[in-house]
Amino acid sequence: MSEAVLKSASPNQPWTLPSRGIVGMTCLIIAEIAIFVIFVVAYIFYIGKSLSGPMPKDVLELPIFTTICLLSSSLTVHAAVSALRKGKQLLCSLWLAATVFLGGIFIAGTAHEWYDLIYKHGLTIRTNLFGTTFYSLVGLHATHVVIGLILLSLALLFSMRGEMKEEHSEKLEVLSLYWHFVDGVWVIVFLVVYVLGR
Amino acid sequence: MATQIPVNELHDQGAQAPRRLWLEMLHGWVTTVDHKKIGLMYIGYALIFLVVGGFEALLMRVQLAIPNNHFVSPEVFNGLFTMHGTTMVFFVGMPILFGFGNYLIPLMIGARDMAFPRLNAFSFWISAFAGFLLYFSYIGGSGLYGAGSAPDVGWFAYAPLTARVFSPGHSTDYWTLALLLTGIGSIGTALNIVTTIICMRCPGMKMSRLPLLPWIYLVMSGLTFVAIGPLTAAQIMLMLDRYVGSHFFDTQAGGSAVLWMHFFWIFGHPEVYILVLPAFAFANEIIPVFSRKAIFGYPAMVAASVGIGFISLSVWAHHMFTVGLGPGGNTFFVLATMIISVPTGIKIFNWLATLWGGKIQLTASMMFAIGFLFQFLVAGLTGIMLSVAPFDWQLGNSYFVVAHFHYVLVGAILFMVFSAFYYWYPKMTGRMLNEKLGKWHFWLFVIGFHLTFDLMHVPGMLGMPRRIYTYEADRGWMIWNLLISSGAIIQTVATILFVYNMVSSYFKGPIAGSDPWDAWTLEWSIPSPPPSYNFAEIPIVGSRRPLWDLKHPDDPDTDYEMGQADPQEKQEEGA
Amino acid sequence: MFASQGSCGFTAIILSALVADPTNIFEPAGTPARSIFSLSMLVLSITAAIFLIVAGILAYVLVKYRSRASNGEGEQEPPQIYGSNQIELSWTVIPILIVVMLFLATTRVVYTTERAQRPANALDVTVIGHQFWWEYRYPELGVVTANELHVPVSDHPQTLPTYLTMSSADTDHSFWVPRLAGKMDLIPNKVNTMWIDPQMKGLYLGQCAQYCGVQHAKMLIRVYADSPEEFAAWVEHQRQPAVDDPGVAEGRNVFMHNACISCHTIRGTVATGRFGPDLTHVGGRETIASGSVPNNPANLREFIDNPANFKPGALMPPMHLDTHDLDAVTAYLTTLK
Repeated sequence: MSEAVLKSASPNQPWTLPSRGIVGMTCLIIAEIAIFVIFVVAYIFYIGKSLSGPMPKDVLELPIFTTICLLSSSLTVHAAVSALRKGKQLLCSLWLAATVFLGGIFIAGTAHEWYDLIYKHGLTIRTNLFGTTFYSLVGLHATHVVIGLILLSLALLFSMRGEMKEEHSEKLEVLSLYWHFVDGVWVIVFLVVYVLGR
Repeated sequence: MATQIPVNELHDQGAQAPRRLWLEMLHGWVTTVDHKKIGLMYIGYALIFLVVGGFEALLMRVQLAIPNNHFVSPEVFNGLFTMHGTTMVFFVGMPILFGFGNYLIPLMIGARDMAFPRLNAFSFWISAFAGFLLYFSYIGGSGLYGAGSAPDVGWFAYAPLTARVFSPGHSTDYWTLALLLTGIGSIGTALNIVTTIICMRCPGMKMSRLPLLPWIYLVMSGLTFVAIGPLTAAQIMLMLDRYVGSHFFDTQAGGSAVLWMHFFWIFGHPEVYILVLPAFAFANEIIPVFSRKAIFGYPAMVAASVGIGFISLSVWAHHMFTVGLGPGGNTFFVLATMIISVPTGIKIFNWLATLWGGKIQLTASMMFAIGFLFQFLVAGLTGIMLSVAPFDWQLGNSYFVVAHFHYVLVGAILFMVFSAFYYWYPKMTGRMLNEKLGKWHFWLFVIGFHLTFDLMHVPGMLGMPRRIYTYEADRGWMIWNLLISSGAIIQTVATILFVYNMVSSYFKGPIAGSDPWDAWTLEWSIPSPPPSYNFAEIPIVGSRRPLWDLKHPDDPDTDYEMGQADPQEKQEEGA
Repeated sequence: MFASQGSCGFTAIILSALVADPTNIFEPAGTPARSIFSLSMLVLSITAAIFLIVAGILAYVLVKYRSRASNGEGEQEPPQIYGSNQIELSWTVIPILIVVMLFLATTRVVYTTERAQRPANALDVTVIGHQFWWEYRYPELGVVTANELHVPVSDHPQTLPTYLTMSSADTDHSFWVPRLAGKMDLIPNKVNTMWIDPQMKGLYLGQCAQYCGVQHAKMLIRVYADSPEEFAAWVEHQRQPAVDDPGVAEGRNVFMHNACISCHTIRGTVATGRFGPDLTHVGGRETIASGSVPNNPANLREFIDNPANFKPGALMPPMHLDTHDLDAVTAYLTTLK
């Protein structure tokens, strides 16, 4: 009895379950959102509470161009996944390259912004509460962008070597989910830091 | 019923030289990605730390047995309560519960392994490393005698005590880094659990047929994602404050000490639900089997567990009633905390209803489960007392709170873990634990537990705060502390019996067979211990208790699925 | 270790069980503690009732439905009952009603305590928590003292509460005198307020209730509820500058020429340090070391020699005075009544 195969009425419909990669990545995204929420809450809590030093409205400029680049990269990575699903490997490589390029512009823009903040305005993480919360929140996001760029570059490499095929489209989709998350976080960071906080 | 099943396949390989065998075994364990082996490693690791954490508790109880004692210095004592709390929560509670989950979930859903076996192994090893990192703090810094750099800031490490100026040296950093690492491990395992349950159920196992253990682990894992994040974020902020000069919790620069409290308890309160939910999961499997009845109110149990999970995210500031939130803030958290008692109560009542009308078998496992039920009731009631904010203004941060949470952690969770051991040890090893020793373990532990933790409520009501390395003789606390300390010794003896039972039964216990308890979920349909592939053929299920249906074809569960018309009593005509 | 304290320990046990407990939350002596006491009686009765009912059912079930067969084989399974909508509804609704009632009772006490009407004659004291002592300042009266808080007793008919405005100079602390009120935390960069109104003359004990570092355990609180005359006299005395007894001039010189003055204040002298307790009238206090040892010359001497003798980890360093200077400065401080 204990080893008998358990069978009752066979199910009429095929037994389909969600994809492991998508579910796993969704869980990771939820956990990461929890981390970001705390940094955003700290940022909002400390708005206007710095005892000294440069204030946001004195030193921050709206990063419109880099934001457009980053948000467009969501579209390009989506296009890459669609292309791979249809087996168009070359097109996929092109869209992936565009994604990496746009993400690279974003990082370069952030680096430029920070250079100015540090050397022209004297704002560092230890200057005041604004510096503390700004660099930690934007920096945490930038770290996630960098990680995403590394992974996307790897995918680009595989794609250019012809090793990424149609059957891998779901894995690429999982990666693109992460990238969409990173872009989504930027929307929030942009609104909180550059719109609300100034 | 018991069949001859080889307990340990390696016993057959007598021809090989012993030393090579030992190395191969070790290599097998270190490189394994099998959920069962990983689960066992989590459990073994947790038991080691249980002994260590218990030893720390014993040292504290000796120090507190009499007023103005000089058994340990204040520095050592402060390190002890910090390490005891941190160890028990992160290196006993989490691993042992993740260990059981790892072992049981694939078996219960008819899968061959977890969704991401390598992530599983990685999560275990990073948590294991974190534990050793935390304890390395005793050696780092000024070495063993001066208790080294063991963290001494309390397990919730309030700011600004953790700032460089008040905690120089690296003790706080060991705390922070160890927990950051184990947090990563926890998220990895939780991710694995959720993905496994959603994506790897055997055919026919709709969510409404999922056994309650995986259901509750699903809720617990969801909570893990949402709760560990805030702790990780707060700890990153703390490290930045300590090393890069940021001002998150730097009150001199306008930072807020209360902000740390909010962030920590946004993690800390869901964390204790993460710890208690698996205890509920075990109870949901064990109590029905030893009452010989299906769990009463499966849909309500699912809804209550999910509800507890959600509500637990909104109650955190009941740890902060004395911080000055203002009457509006205090009132909100009073309400949220009281509300959570409703689904919790529902679960207790459902367990009682499961027992009602059953045929209760008082095995060692069931005795611990009954102990859990009684003690969880008491713990819940003292929790309701503490949710009354003005009462908490007196009792908060006193030994009443210490008594309350030990009642939950030891009286409810640890009791249920013991129950789970007695229940699933046969499945994991192929041998039964000794029932007589089990009952000795139970009674000794119950006596010691109640001596310690019932009485511990009293010093709290008499004004004794927590985290004090000694106390004045004129407060009237001495007799209580003396009795509390003696209870700790009795619990130690009981635990030694338990460890002895586990070791000796492994070699000499009666063979268990695949289904020693006549139970109903899928893990009892395969050999004990299970082969590495779990199921020879992936099963197809048609109800919540597939084995019950097989054993009782005249009264199968399939007649009573969720969504059916009112479930009714059905008299059995005959066996 | 127990053996050496055997007989004294045993006597202490018996005595401690008989002597009234000075920090018992169920012996309120002030309005906040009393209202908490009444609320707690309500809460305890409700939880006791729930406990008796549920534990009673559990006990009943264990007795009545215990399996009678000696082994489980061959026994009939009991009827499988999967649920009951009516029963489950009732044990959802009844707890909700209990919760609503408890919540309303609780909210009332929260608001009446935290939003109490402040009478015009209330006394204001500023409390600043330090590692590991309490600073008390009476801003309207010009009094600064440490560790022993004097307040006027609040008898009927004249209620005379003392409002404590609290913050911390370093880490978190918590002010807890159980017989007078619930506790309230002292947090740096935050100001909290609470009030007490001891209704009987006497000494009320408490201690710090938020872990603040090594000597958290010895940060004791002593609140003296004085009659109006006693209180007025005490205030007047505290406002005077320090006693200047020429007989201890040598000790005074030791004090003024050592590092003492960088941490302590003695009003009327060059000592104006703020890091440690104000010592202007230290000779008149009943205890030293934050209430942990009686104030007598022997203890004072031992403390000054090395505070770690009583409070290992206290932030005052050992002063490394030779015997002669130590005796002299002890004698000086003893005269500062």
